[in-house]
Amino acid sequence: MGIQIDLDKCVGCGDCVPVCPFGLLEIVDDKVQLKEGCTLCGACQEACGYEAILIEAVSEVEAVSDSHQGIWVFAEQRNGKLKGVAYELLAKGRELANTLQTDLSAVCFGHGIDEVNRLIAHGADKVYMVDSPDLAINQEDLYAQQLIELIRQHKPEIVLAGATSLGRAFIPRVAAILKTGLTADCTGLDIDTENRLLRQTRPTFGGNIMATIICQTKRPQMSTVRPRVFKKNEPDEKRKGQIIKVDFNRESITSKTKLLNFVEDLTETVKIEEADIIVSGGRGLGKAENFQLLRELASVMGAAVGASRAVVDEGWIPYSHQVGQTGKTVCPKLYIACGISGAVQHLAGMQTSDIIVAINDNPNAPIFEVATFGIVGDLFKVVPMLTEKLKNQ
Amino acid sequence: MNVIVCLKQVPGTAQVKIDPETNTLIREGIENVINPFDTYALEEGVRLKERFGGKVTAMSMGPPQAEGALREAVSLGADEAILLSDKAFAGADTWATAYTLASAVNKLGQYDIIICGRQTLDGDTGQVGPELSEMLEVPFVAYVSRIEEIADGQMRVQRMVEEGHEVIEAPLPTVITVVKEINVPRLPSLRGIVKSKSAVIPVWTVPDLGVDQSRVGLAGSFTKVIKVFFPQRVCQGEIFQGELGNQVECLMGKLKDAGLV
Ligand SMILES: Cc1cc2nc3c(=O)[nH]c(=O)nc-3n(C[C@H](O)[C@H](O)[C@H](O)COP(=O)(O)OP(=O)(O)OC[C@H]3O[C@@H](n4cnc5c(N)ncnc54)[C@H](O)[C@@H]3O)c2cc1C
Ligand SMILES: Nc1ncnc2c1ncn2[C@@H]1O[C@H](COP(=O)(O)O)[C@@H](O)[C@H]1O
Repeated sequence: MGIQIDLDKCVGCGDCVPVCPFGLLEIVDDKVQLKEGCTLCGACQEACGYEAILIEAVSEVEAVSDSHQGIWVFAEQRNGKLKGVAYELLAKGRELANTLQTDLSAVCFGHGIDEVNRLIAHGADKVYMVDSPDLAINQEDLYAQQLIELIRQHKPEIVLAGATSLGRAFIPRVAAILKTGLTADCTGLDIDTENRLLRQTRPTFGGNIMATIICQTKRPQMSTVRPRVFKKNEPDEKRKGQIIKVDFNRESITSKTKLLNFVEDLTETVKIEEADIIVSGGRGLGKAENFQLLRELASVMGAAVGASRAVVDEGWIPYSHQVGQTGKTVCPKLYIACGISGAVQHLAGMQTSDIIVAINDNPNAPIFEVATFGIVGDLFKVVPMLTEKLKNQ
Repeated sequence: MNVIVCLKQVPGTAQVKIDPETNTLIREGIENVINPFDTYALEEGVRLKERFGGKVTAMSMGPPQAEGALREAVSLGADEAILLSDKAFAGADTWATAYTLASAVNKLGQYDIIICGRQTLDGDTGQVGPELSEMLEVPFVAYVSRIEEIADGQMRVQRMVEEGHEVIEAPLPTVITVVKEINVPRLPSLRGIVKSKSAVIPVWTVPDLGVDQSRVGLAGSFTKVIKVFFPQRVCQGEIFQGELGNQVECLMGKLKDAGLV
């Protein structure tokens, strides 16, 4: 496996140089040269018109897929309530399971969760439920060990979890112990039916580049998936499924860390990750006080208030409101961006919203490239007008 | 207090632009920087040393030019720096990266805390820290926003989750990842800059680490990138025209049609 450059065939045209997403190619003395760091993505091979670049096909799949069957979704809960991402993953998981003609299972850890049946209504064939007071709060150490034990026992071929703060912190530990690949923060999942492989697509370089990743030789194939990227299915109350209660083994599963205290952030009434409508503000607001304009608009619309990183960094609004690569990923029905330029890191967190409205006085602001509707104008005029019209309807 | 800070050199992605003609990254004039999130990790390490004594070792796996990032780390307060560099390390995924870092940590010997950034700008996974902790079989705490106390071999930290803050206690040694809320990194000191110029930065290769070639780099990576492409932003968006009042009226109409207001 590897990349080979046939210098006899290379004419030094340089067509391959700009397509390398990692900038590893250069032309030296009329011949192409490759620097270290190649991931064999194949972009240069495609660009070369002289067949001078050869990437050997990835080695044949080992016979791993037979011993592992089924798709698992880690159904995250908090305070006994299942998170939205659990249902979103079940919708996607169902689709993948149908393609692979296999079972879909949800795995749920917690205590006294009353909605476990909903997991079946939303697509699961089986639910592995580990119920214990020890698991009531999110204990990453216990979760990691318990999940490893279950995976070793039942051998699923695919495991999906939300790319939440919990998922991003403990799923890598599971993958490390199981010695398998894990793809972070996926926004697209589909199946290569020929090889029975999960194709995992995710943004890298802050959303500048998308990469499709496979895990060929190890099972399970694991991904964390961004919340709000996939849509949940309508529940089917008639669906049949099996709830399998698993005992929590306190003796063998222990925690090295201890959760001493939890302090909730109670800044806002409507949380942005759950809101149907978000009114979001950026540096165009000029100063912290002007967020009041957006709060008024938000209150007549029943919306939550979001923000760009620039204004969070300025201290105009707390971090829990930040949308984007280093903030939250949101996917509301309506996202109204006021005075936000639309930097790629911001877009990474909101571009899958159903309808995007941009209000910005600069017609060249990149936010207009993703906007469904745009108003080029001063937000200090537009926002109050909109608020007024909504009040009067 | 012996602190190891894992840091990576990355292209300063904030400036990355797409060439609209060729649809490729414009790389000219982009300098390599210490991954921004890792500067908080380094600063926290240096602060721990100032509070408790001991030393800070900056560690990076990367191509030879990553030495630049380590020199910068020395100018920012790291006492020592080690570069893990070998052709065989190239193309590593997070598992192979964590494995290589873990091997180097074991070679280094005794430590109390390993600090990683929350995520990198390029790879952007946040997986290396937690994977590293499992390979070293030590506790792990993610998203630390404050180190409250370290005493009697225990450390108490605050960390950020979606819903708020948690206070967590963990025995040392521990691996943590930090968020930018934890501190404001300092600028290099004059003394630091002088020191960084003459600092000797050892380079550890596969034989130095005694690792299995097939476990590192591309060969040791379980995940493979099979395709890389640029996100297509097809916009059939509508920019309203005319007098502002009418534009707002148009918008209202559209939102009504969509059943949103
Ligand atoms: C590693 C990394 C991670 C990042 N993560 C995030 C993230 O998670 N989320 C995020 O948002 N950013 C993130 N950023 C920052 C991002 O690159 C931008 O700097 C930021 O999003 C810009 O915020 P802004 O649009 O509010 O400000 P600006 O870019 O300054 O834009 C302000 C806009 O307001 C317009 N404007 C000004 N006055 C008015 C007016 N009166 N009426 C109408 N419009 C007006 C201007 O034309 C301009 O377009 C990240 C950056 C890095 C390097
Ligand atoms: N090549 C590397 N060398 C040293 N540290 C790294 C390397 N890659 C990742 N890290 C550390 O792991 C963290 C998470 O990286 P990532 O999983 O790539 O997002 C970074 O913030 C660094 O602290």
